[in-house]
Amino acid sequence: MIRGYPESMRKSIDKVNKTRDKRIDQIMKDLTLEEREKVLKEFHPDYNPAYKRTISWGQNKGDYVPNEVADILESYPIYDPDEIDLSQIDYDVGILIIGAGGAGTAAALWSVYSGVPNDKILLTTKLRLGDCNTVMAQGGIQAADRPEDSPLIHYLDAMGGGHFKNKPELVKALVSDGPKIIKWHKELGLMYDQNEDGSFVENAGGGTSRNRMHCAKDYTGMEIFRNLKDEVINNEIPLLEFSPAVELLKDENGRVAGALLYNLETKEYSVVRAKTTILTTGGFGRLHIAGFATTNHYGATGDGIVMAYRAGAKLRDLDSTQFHPTGAAFPEQIVGLLITEKVRSLGAQVLGKNGEQICYPLEPRDVEAASIIRVTKSTDNYVETPTGMRGVWLDSPLIEEIRGKGTIDKNLAAMKRMFARFDIDMTEDPILVHPTLHYQNGGVELDENGYTSVPGLLGAGEISGGVHGKNRLMGNSLLEVNVFGRRAGITAAKEYKRGKKPGKLTLSHVKKTIEQLDALNIKKKRFSPIILPEYRSEAVRDRLIQLFESSL
Amino acid sequence: MAKAISMREKKEKLDTVTIYIMGQGYKVPSSLTIMKAMEYAGFKLKRGVGCRAGFCGACATVYRKLGDYKIYANLACQTKVEDGMYLTQLPFVPANKAEYNLDEIKPSASTMLRFYPEIARCLSCNACSRVCPQDIQVMDYVQYSLQGQIEKAAELAFDCIQCGLCAIRCPAEIPQYHVATLARRLHGKYHMIAPDTLEQRVKEIEEGKYEKGFEELMSLSEEELKKRYVARDFIDQKKA
Repeated sequence: MIRGYPESMRKSIDKVNKTRDKRIDQIMKDLTLEEREKVLKEFHPDYNPAYKRTISWGQNKGDYVPNEVADILESYPIYDPDEIDLSQIDYDVGILIIGAGGAGTAAALWSVYSGVPNDKILLTTKLRLGDCNTVMAQGGIQAADRPEDSPLIHYLDAMGGGHFKNKPELVKALVSDGPKIIKWHKELGLMYDQNEDGSFVENAGGGTSRNRMHCAKDYTGMEIFRNLKDEVINNEIPLLEFSPAVELLKDENGRVAGALLYNLETKEYSVVRAKTTILTTGGFGRLHIAGFATTNHYGATGDGIVMAYRAGAKLRDLDSTQFHPTGAAFPEQIVGLLITEKVRSLGAQVLGKNGEQICYPLEPRDVEAASIIRVTKSTDNYVETPTGMRGVWLDSPLIEEIRGKGTIDKNLAAMKRMFARFDIDMTEDPILVHPTLHYQNGGVELDENGYTSVPGLLGAGEISGGVHGKNRLMGNSLLEVNVFGRRAGITAAKEYKRGKKPGKLTLSHVKKTIEQLDALNIKKKRFSPIILPEYRSEAVRDRLIQLFESSL
Repeated sequence: MAKAISMREKKEKLDTVTIYIMGQGYKVPSSLTIMKAMEYAGFKLKRGVGCRAGFCGACATVYRKLGDYKIYANLACQTKVEDGMYLTQLPFVPANKAEYNLDEIKPSASTMLRFYPEIARCLSCNACSRVCPQDIQVMDYVQYSLQGQIEKAAELAFDCIQCGLCAIRCPAEIPQYHVATLARRLHGKYHMIAPDTLEQRVKEIEEGKYEKGFEELMSLSEEELKKRYVARDFIDQKKA
């Protein structure tokens, strides 16, 4: 090993380092819409029929989705509905928020700001407050606040990035609220990077036509979440950790009226009754769609889609999954982890094994990912690691050639630290990348106020569908969790004041689900929501047994 | 402690090391991180696991190595296993977070002392900095907080992922990572003032300046919208 890389990879690195001066002013041409279409069709996993099938029951029957999504929808509940006593209510609240990540905490805070007493709110989460993808978002948050920019240009960028399949009123809400969100964050004390003249540092992102990516080094999501979390505690919002929801509850009028929670540690269930329920459970990265490694949090198992679907909510755009163009491909310990798009925003080029550029570095994410997969799948212009992983180079040292020494320390501290832990210095040597599963583009369909198609159920964040169409642009997810978290909080507060009491709680919708599943005659019985992914070794799983617990 | 070797482990062909999870020995592939090694050994993690990428601070792990008196600490998801590691995780840290209304306080030493009087007990032992998996100069930001140098405290503490290892090691019982949050928020709110352009844009949007534009864009057919998209100009972007 020489400076973190084996000799076999060093030869290629030497070529990259030698060609850098020559490449510094070379700009690759970006693709036309027709060329984009072609590379996507040939190489993007979304377009590969082997990874997909249609949903076989319910309101989205016939929709073409990844096998892993169809699997969790075609699964039985993980408990027996007949064993649940709904007459004993453990928490009776105005607003139940399921999921305490970026969207959930934003919703909780805006419910309070809108006049809901804090003790009428219940925030629940599968793991800890802040175990979410929001804290892992590095690159930035889009907001069109510069004079040469406008929400209309942001709108156009987002629609084009989403292949014009986005729900227009949601995109309008997203881009119009952007500057408002940054203003709120500044009131909370967020440390967004600023230039010496006081203007915000704003970078480019793939598929954006203006620099509008606000950032806080490469800890942008972390910095946002630390502040929201601090406010949740300051506002004394009641919180239940290690208590995932395993089902939504309805009342006899068909309205969602709370949820069934499960305490991961004591293994007891509890019943929550709520006037309004906000679903902010995040996405499905840990389902490892199409067998890809993922950038996502441990808890991102798509539980929300299952619960919402059983309750009758309409889903959309789940046929499209975001593969981030640049996941780590070496060293093995960090394969699949996110290499922020900001590395490319700051000037790093994407290179083949001999150090020549292979694509324009700032295409929309799906196009960039497909362009890289094209190289690793259909050419020999890739680099192979000792464990057989294929990747291409991301020329990080070029950033400091362009912007000066110290740029990486100042802007990419998290990235630099991650590689330094494995003896790689990204200011000296390039880093090896390959696309990785990153984001659930679609989900539960919302309207601009956060309503789903089922009364009593709101949503926000990655669980939602429609905002990003068929592909999300960088920086629009941190914006989305804040915009729609806020909107859902405000809407829930209005519902709260209307004061309609939920009726008698029921799981009849789940019993109906079971009947529909029975009719499908699925050979292998599956159960969902997944709650946590399975990573124990096979040798151990082969020997698992269930003890009769009362004897322990 | 000698580890008992099972028949299955004897047959294992991978390059392995022995680690001790809360005192119990397991043979695991040497290429794994501590977190993945625990899973390989058969633990289905609920505590001490989070983002798995070094950002969330859930997997702070304390360990000693066989025959070495030193206490080490790091993140389980970012650290490779070594032979003879004795591991325990610190998935939760009891540490009081002060409650405050940021609108009613000012960035000063007295604010820091009011909410975290224990910072005055700092012994300058630097145990906090030495244990920090992010290599933050924790003691220095505690000292800056005490001196009212909020900007310096906030900047030094910026990369904190709130794992809480500092608070557990501190002989003066200071919850450093909460002190850091207060310093950062005071600095971000009162020193890093947003540019006027932000407020102007918010006002324009609230006054409906873009409503007509949206109406027009939203009335376009997909084909017309595509034309607009392709024709849009780029500012400050490197384009061919």
